[in-house]
Amino acid sequence: MAQLNMPDGDYFKPGHLGCPGCGAAIAIKFALKALGEKIIMVIPASCASIIVGPYPQSALNIPTLHTAFATAGAAASGVRAALDMKGDTETTVLSWAGDGGTFDIGFQSLSGAVERNEDCIFVCYDNEAYMNTGVQRSSSTPYGMRTTTTPGQDWKKTRKKNIMETMAAHRIPYAATASIAFPEDMIAKFQKAKEKKGGARFIHVFATCATGWGAPSEMSVKIARLAVQTNIFPLYEIENGIQYTLNYKGDRPVEDYLQTQGRFKHLSIADVAQIQKMVTEDWNAVCRKTETTRT
Amino acid sequence: MRQVAEGSQAVSEAVRLAKVQVIAAYPITPQTHIVEVISEFCSNGTLNARFICVESEHSAMAAIIGAASSGVRTFTATSSHGLAYMHELLHWASGARLPLVMANVNRALGPGWNIWLDQTDSLSQRDTGWIQLYCEDSQDVLDTTLMAYRLAESVNLPVMVVLDAFFLSHTYEPVDVPDQEPVDKFLPPYSPRFQLDTGNPGAFNQFVAPHAYMEMRYNIQTAMEQVPENYARIAQEFETVFGRHHSLAEAVRCEDAEIIFVTAGTTVSTCRQAVERLRAQGEKAGLLKLKMFRPFPVDYCRRVLSGKQKVAVVDRNCSFGASGIFAQELRAALYHAESPPQIFGYIAGLGGRDVTPETIEDIYRQTENADKARTENIWIGLDQETVESWRN
Repeated sequence: MAQLNMPDGDYFKPGHLGCPGCGAAIAIKFALKALGEKIIMVIPASCASIIVGPYPQSALNIPTLHTAFATAGAAASGVRAALDMKGDTETTVLSWAGDGGTFDIGFQSLSGAVERNEDCIFVCYDNEAYMNTGVQRSSSTPYGMRTTTTPGQDWKKTRKKNIMETMAAHRIPYAATASIAFPEDMIAKFQKAKEKKGGARFIHVFATCATGWGAPSEMSVKIARLAVQTNIFPLYEIENGIQYTLNYKGDRPVEDYLQTQGRFKHLSIADVAQIQKMVTEDWNAVCRKTETTRT
Repeated sequence: MRQVAEGSQAVSEAVRLAKVQVIAAYPITPQTHIVEVISEFCSNGTLNARFICVESEHSAMAAIIGAASSGVRTFTATSSHGLAYMHELLHWASGARLPLVMANVNRALGPGWNIWLDQTDSLSQRDTGWIQLYCEDSQDVLDTTLMAYRLAESVNLPVMVVLDAFFLSHTYEPVDVPDQEPVDKFLPPYSPRFQLDTGNPGAFNQFVAPHAYMEMRYNIQTAMEQVPENYARIAQEFETVFGRHHSLAEAVRCEDAEIIFVTAGTTVSTCRQAVERLRAQGEKAGLLKLKMFRPFPVDYCRRVLSGKQKVAVVDRNCSFGASGIFAQELRAALYHAESPPQIFGYIAGLGGRDVTPETIEDIYRQTENADKARTENIWIGLDQETVESWRN
């Protein structure tokens, strides 16, 4: 049996409120294992703000600041500034937002924070829609997905925003994608981010929402793995906005991934072909950047 | 040391003297001089603080909420649209029970774009759980800002120090800027009840179900009710150290007055002059300066105004569909008073239009000549031709 190289510390305790198979909960578990106990977590409105538990309980064994939806980047900046003024440069400030709190309503404050190169780790755990409010589309929702605000034949006809490229455009020291299906890779990236103190670090975590995606809960990790294996969600890192490193090369057709989830079941063969074309385009773009970096 | 300073600079000097540790702000006219001077203090080492140049007012408030939650003293300043943009976080700050201090420069909201004095920006934040203190002159601004930290930290509620656009923010006048030593004596370092601490992990501002939410709100209300008493104590201590007294409201020649003006901000100074002129003409005029707006100084107003004949409220703001906001609050405060006066509500000087001693005297005459307080508002100095031209 293969042994995972997993840190012992556990700061996310049993009794949390995630749905069965919740990808966000798995992501929190791994991230906190990687970062250890000297962290302060900032959580804007999101599934995570519910998952970690209501007053007077908490499933987290680290200090947590819950903050308004649009404010993760700014609130984390404030915590960092206060710690620095108190002479505490050791504690890591971890901003933990969903795709709404990162791609949409939180984008401005995130952009402000990373442009200032704030000494924090900014995480987006991405479940590709407003799941906490019942599956409404976000700008992270992929082409082809049906949500409660893109229903019926009005399923989403525009691409998912490329958040990694926006972070690269800010030329931050470190940005990486990670997946709940690749825990060792994910933990290594969080540890690397922690070590790169002194500037803004961004980690984009693919976090399946079985409930919102129309999939059985036991499929959560498998779906996340298929997203990487089909190159729908490539695993890569960008250093200083220009140095790309690809961590995994997928070779499976997108259909293998799309067919596992109810959110895509309305798609025609032509639609699936269209998605394959888009995914290949995006994949080629990442590969080109990786190759350019190497030369 | 006595200096010639703008109202804006009086704020900045107070922030320096209060040894604020984290400032986050976004520029907006006419607040900019405040943050420019503070930036200079941070840059040249006069103030050992971190200045976060955020990308919006919403983020400014969020950032100092984050900083204050981590146990340091904080400051921000804004105005008008900036304050309106912060609105969500104003609720968040009081709900989180953080002793933030913010300066708001009273400026009109658009459209039409207008950068001049109007009180509607701050007054429309009255239900956010912030203590609001209005300032009359630059000395008042400096002293109020220092007292604001003591007050905020005594009840764990945020304080908004309010000053008029340009008439106060950009007007130079002599200000006594105290030395650091007496300020340190008056205002010790911030000692938070709770803070984000890896040695003692806790969840701040988390999800709360109906079983406890209402009790949290009740505690905010009881903390607010504690404010007048705490303020009186702090103002007394301030006087002991600095020799100046600023009460939460001030009655000027009210004992025998038949008509009493009620107002706030720099209009108070104008009314002081008008009262003297009217007295010289044999009129029994008086003035009630409102420094504290939230919590509303109900007891003080009842004590001064019960049994009086007429009160003329000068509002440089309007709650459309109701009335001037000070008038509205005063009517509510005096409803249960013994023999309450008639309350005349005047709306004047919106969007920076001048309110002169002559304007105040005109208000006095209108009040004197009316048999009964009209229930609707009385707008002062409207150009009827312009009003009519937009009607069709």
